[in-house]
Amino acid sequence: MSGVFLGMPAFPENAAAAVQDSQLRFNLRRATRTIRGKRAAVAGELPDWAALRDAGKQIKDHTLRNLDRYLLQLEEAVTRAGGRVHWAADAAEANRIVAGLVEATGETSVVKVKSMATQEIGLNEALAERGITAYETDLAELIVQLGDDWPSHILVPAIHRNRSEIREIFRERMGEWGRPAPEGLTDDPRALAEAARLHLRERFLASEVAISGANFMIAETGTLVVLESEGNGRMCLTLPRTLISVVGIEKLLPTWRDLEVFLQLLPRSSTGERMNPYTSTWTGAAEGQEFHLVLLDNGRTAVLADEVGRQALRCIRCSACLNVCPVYERAGGHAYGSVYPGPIGAILTPQLRRSGTVASRDRLPPSATRDLDASLPYASSLCGACFEVCPVAIDIPEVLVHLRAQAPHPRAERLGMRAAGWVFDRPVRLARAQRLGGRLRRFLPRRLPGPLSAWTDTRDIPDIPAESFRDWWGRTGGGTR
Amino acid sequence: MRVALFITCVNDTLFPGTGRAVVTLLRRLGCEVAFPEAQTCCGQMHLNTGYPQEATRLARHFTDVFAGYDAVVTPSGSCAAMVREQYPRLARAAPGPSFADAVAETAPKVHDLPEFLVDVLGVTDVGASFPHRVAYHPTCHSLRGLRLGDRPARLLGGVRGLELVPLPGAEECCGFGGTFAVKNPAVSAAMCADKVHNVMATGAEVLCAADNSCLMHIGGTLRRQRAGVRVMHLAEILAATEDDPGTGRGAKAGTGSGTGAGTGAAR
Ligand code: SF4
Repeated sequence: MSGVFLGMPAFPENAAAAVQDSQLRFNLRRATRTIRGKRAAVAGELPDWAALRDAGKQIKDHTLRNLDRYLLQLEEAVTRAGGRVHWAADAAEANRIVAGLVEATGETSVVKVKSMATQEIGLNEALAERGITAYETDLAELIVQLGDDWPSHILVPAIHRNRSEIREIFRERMGEWGRPAPEGLTDDPRALAEAARLHLRERFLASEVAISGANFMIAETGTLVVLESEGNGRMCLTLPRTLISVVGIEKLLPTWRDLEVFLQLLPRSSTGERMNPYTSTWTGAAEGQEFHLVLLDNGRTAVLADEVGRQALRCIRCSACLNVCPVYERAGGHAYGSVYPGPIGAILTPQLRRSGTVASRDRLPPSATRDLDASLPYASSLCGACFEVCPVAIDIPEVLVHLRAQAPHPRAERLGMRAAGWVFDRPVRLARAQRLGGRLRRFLPRRLPGPLSAWTDTRDIPDIPAESFRDWWGRTGGGTR
Repeated sequence: MRVALFITCVNDTLFPGTGRAVVTLLRRLGCEVAFPEAQTCCGQMHLNTGYPQEATRLARHFTDVFAGYDAVVTPSGSCAAMVREQYPRLARAAPGPSFADAVAETAPKVHDLPEFLVDVLGVTDVGASFPHRVAYHPTCHSLRGLRLGDRPARLLGGVRGLELVPLPGAEECCGFGGTFAVKNPAVSAAMCADKVHNVMATGAEVLCAADNSCLMHIGGTLRRQRAGVRVMHLAEILAATEDDPGTGRGAKAGTGSGTGAGTGAAR
């Protein structure tokens, strides 16, 4: 995955810092709550939402089970329609392929449609190393790029910014990248959008190569589908002479008919709209255009091999789970150390990076994200809000618990859990431990030592009762004596 | 009806008053209550922290202990959800059919208290009296795991003198999450701060829930802040009557009355 997150500390430290940032918390709280309400309203108004959600899950599961067959069908269809298909096993290979294709056109710059897959592989950085500049054209992505920042949300990468911060970024940085911001730019959202439009319009008209991802790929016809709100995608997909799409292999759907389900699920879950403003579909190369499809594995087939973890591959990147997550709302997206933040990131990142497990410790050299990845499955209170809103019914808490079992455990915790298990194995041991606690209760300090101090930093501990329930039951015959 | 009480390790050790309240309440409603003394812990903490082997061992023990009862009642939504939702998964991963059979036999009979009262006994008026302003926190596993819906509210609605005040953002997690509270203390505390803020905004005297783990977390924060709001388990409110207006911790509770209130409340 993208190199920008290398060397980040584990989630709890990142989150602790973010919680202190009141501006960030205010921005996130406002943004996620607005979009959360909109989603609930438009999902709630469909009487068959539960059936749609189930259909989405079934279609994705069926596709994943037959992925090999559908991928070959797609390759054939795309080729027949004049496109070229490239297979990339990992990020390095995908980046090499894309850079080579751009170099072959003789261009040194590209425009980009917002795409998670290209962020996942760190494409912009890889292109920069080969002297190619990638210009983001999605408004939020532009804000992130101009601000030398990292994305913190799947749908709204600059969700951590408010409009006065955005105005500052535009005023200071737009000129370095192209057309500068207009004089006297205010933080009125319309003025900011207009500044971005003027800045980007020049870029669209001057670009010969575009790079996109795709929301869906249709195996039967070889069609790619992009859903967006701003029209920048449509510009990128149609104007340049060469179009390169980098798409994860799990984005397949067997037929056009299946799209019906997802064109309802995605916009309603994502932006909280009944329908997104722009849906672009294209099949192979248009006349006078060259089209390349780079199919990206980058850890996906390994995820597919895990019976519990594989449901993460159903994800359609709607970001509904981020918007309802109480942990995301307080920790912010950057704390997750990956382009996939929030609940889906907590289950997808460790699986895609194949690190953060006991097994990978022996198999892989120490990676800079190892401790971070090991902490991600614990970045959740298991409240289940993510599962409830997920349009393809990914049981994120189930996968989190599954990944926790594979994560390396601190020694003190391991001993503590083993001791607790030993006590719970025999009721007499439990009773003895309770009596000991009852006798020592007056000596319990107000602040607990070691890792448990995390509890008493902000909360009192409950009074230990003199007698446990089981001892009361035994002594009084269940209250009858 | 022969009902077994699964007290849970947390209530057994820290909140015996809640257990006594459940016994009082169920007897008042005509149930014969058994307490299988071999019971210990459902294994939730082990499973959710990443120790499925220990959890499976405790789950096997649980199904041994509770086999053969008409119903198992527990005053903890998250422990009920653990047995009903997670045990079948543990059974699928465990070798041999005997554990899976035991789970299929026992798990569906395990009920959270409000669910047992409303769905199995078919009562919403349990004859309780509790003349106080109460806010109810639904807790995540009751709400999204067991889907208890408005059952607790209906039960509280049947309590004489009780004024139920709506809690803003009720469906949001309080930030307890078991070991989450210790592993991610900053986020956990921030979530609880917002919960406490919402509780205070209601002007309630008592914050009620059907899970003492969440109440220990919220109540511990309330008490640290000297907020003057008590926390009480739903069972304790439902057990309270005009004759026993105290805390409803079991008329024949004998010793320990008062200590059981240690749900971290400001008293
Ligand atoms: S996991 Fe589900 S809710 Fe989250 S982004 Fe993916 S599809 Fe959307």
